[in-house]
Amino acid sequence: MLRPPAEQGWRRDPGSVPVLAALAVLWLVFQAMNPNFLSADNLVNLTLQVAPLGMLTLGVVLVLLVGQVDLSTGAVSGLAAAVVAVGLGPQGWPAWAAIAAAVAAGAVVGAVYGWTFTRLGVPTFVLTLAGLLVTLGLQVRVLGSTGSVNLPFESWLVRFNQQMFLPAWLSYGAVGLLLAGDLAVRLVERHRRLVAELPAASSSTLALRTGGLAAVTLVPIWYLQTNRGIGAAVALFLLLVLATDLLLRRTRWGRSVRAIGSNVGSAHRAGYPVRRVYLSAFVACSSLAALGGVMMAGRLAAANQGSGGSDTNLTVIAAAVIGGTSLFGGRGSAWSAVLGVLVVGTISSGLTLLNLDSAPRYIVTGLVLALAVTLDALGRRRASVAGR
Amino acid sequence: MSVPGSGDVLDEPAALTLRGISHSYGAVRALVDVDLDVRPHEVVAVVGDNGAGKSTLVGVMSGVLVPDAGEVVVDGRETQLTSPGLARGLGIATVFQDLALCEDLDVVENLFLGQEIRHGPLLDEVAMERDAWRLLAQLAVRVPSVRVPLASLSGGQRQAVAIARALLGEPRVLVLDEPTASLGVTQTAEVLRLIERVRDNGFGVVLVSQNLVDVQAVADRVVVLRRGRLNGEFDADTASYEQIIAAITGVRRDGGAR
Repeated sequence: MLRPPAEQGWRRDPGSVPVLAALAVLWLVFQAMNPNFLSADNLVNLTLQVAPLGMLTLGVVLVLLVGQVDLSTGAVSGLAAAVVAVGLGPQGWPAWAAIAAAVAAGAVVGAVYGWTFTRLGVPTFVLTLAGLLVTLGLQVRVLGSTGSVNLPFESWLVRFNQQMFLPAWLSYGAVGLLLAGDLAVRLVERHRRLVAELPAASSSTLALRTGGLAAVTLVPIWYLQTNRGIGAAVALFLLLVLATDLLLRRTRWGRSVRAIGSNVGSAHRAGYPVRRVYLSAFVACSSLAALGGVMMAGRLAAANQGSGGSDTNLTVIAAAVIGGTSLFGGRGSAWSAVLGVLVVGTISSGLTLLNLDSAPRYIVTGLVLALAVTLDALGRRRASVAGR
Repeated sequence: MSVPGSGDVLDEPAALTLRGISHSYGAVRALVDVDLDVRPHEVVAVVGDNGAGKSTLVGVMSGVLVPDAGEVVVDGRETQLTSPGLARGLGIATVFQDLALCEDLDVVENLFLGQEIRHGPLLDEVAMERDAWRLLAQLAVRVPSVRVPLASLSGGQRQAVAIARALLGEPRVLVLDEPTASLGVTQTAEVLRLIERVRDNGFGVVLVSQNLVDVQAVADRVVVLRRGRLNGEFDADTASYEQIIAAITGVRRDGGAR
């Protein structure tokens, strides 16, 4: 009997290689066309732009993983932006209360989706389309007659999104701590695998891996630190991704999410609480969308009828799929939110720097999405053909 | 019609006994007064034409269906299999024809689907992988790696994973519903060898199949269902293919129909 190769990380997640390649190509092309593109200043702006969008994408990843779809995350983020803006501005609530109310509004939308889908069996494609229209209406109603509400500039939320950056020691310290933690977990796992007589990574492989991870995390941080550094909202987004990744890979809930997306009948017979898992995915998705909307409002210091509007609903789905999460359910990871939103943000930022209007942005994003979906479909077909 | 006489398995008490099981779907009588004994160390094949009641019988044994009448005796105690979980808990594991696995999950994840080993709130992947190798080695199942998605395995390997998964709960009786229906020749042979190994490990196996070649290859006893009724029980070593076919189709030796 053949034993498994010791390091399976890349094998289990081949989806990230094409995205990274696409990202590299895009960066080189944009840098060639505009030497400012890879400047630290522009890259810091890029991270600030994509962080709120990334939160929406992270939610969409969860819903795609259970094999469903949420078309309304943009509208939910817009509603949350309106709630937080009205709360902080005209109502004069404290920041925590306004944010809590906005996120709670998102959670309620997700709960309604989850309940309606699991109890009444309404297809989520149509259900969330209906929800999109309803939340859009609520957003307009909350904003009131002016259609636009400004946040007070001195508000904590605005500072958090515009001016707060991690000090250098904290950026490096946090990453160092995470790397050390990761290495410690892997060393313990290696020891346990050896005791269990399972193949384990050699010490040198682990050292190489940690070294590689250190390089790919510390070099970008160093480069961003030459400018303003890591924004607080960016750090929050990455923290959410890390937490979601841990939940998806290492808990029973995460296993049930992927099992349900892969084959709901099998998951049901295996004893997973299918309804509750669906509900949790929709609530998490809408809550993350609401949090993203709050961050967007803070970043713009305003909310208006266009907040989270136009193509946001679909862009985040595109980002999730471009990042490597399958539209067919069951395959994907939290990190695909980071990669996908970076690709989408790169295209938008690069074309803006070239002074091009939205026409090429839509077209290029669309083409990249088509490519990603094709890879997804081909990967799925290859897998099923190999299984014959 | 012959009754199995040889073999010492008859001396062992049955792990699972069905007595007078009847079940109807509306006016359709799917099972009528069916008896079945499953002992450890033996493979009992249940054969029959389409609509003979095989699936209904699988449903009764797996706890998916509660029969209208009859009793189920597990280890000498009369009981009711009112849910799949209850059947599993009493030591009757069923591998359904569709296997109930997840294509996108790897072998370890599928083996422990819904019954993961945990270490606090987190999954204990090391323990699960260790047990997975142990179980697969015990059954001599060959897979390229336990960390490849199920989608990349052959049909026979998937069937083997499903059987291994059913054995994880340490059942005494394993019910297999058409395990070779969608397999090629080599893979069928692999699965049949696996069934023999499962039997040799002391499990009672119920093999529900339409394929008489498979049945004759591994079964110790053959039970024939016809139109919901028992229509013969044969010793697989001595019964001829023609005898079994005759019982399935209801055609008597002299040419007349029953």
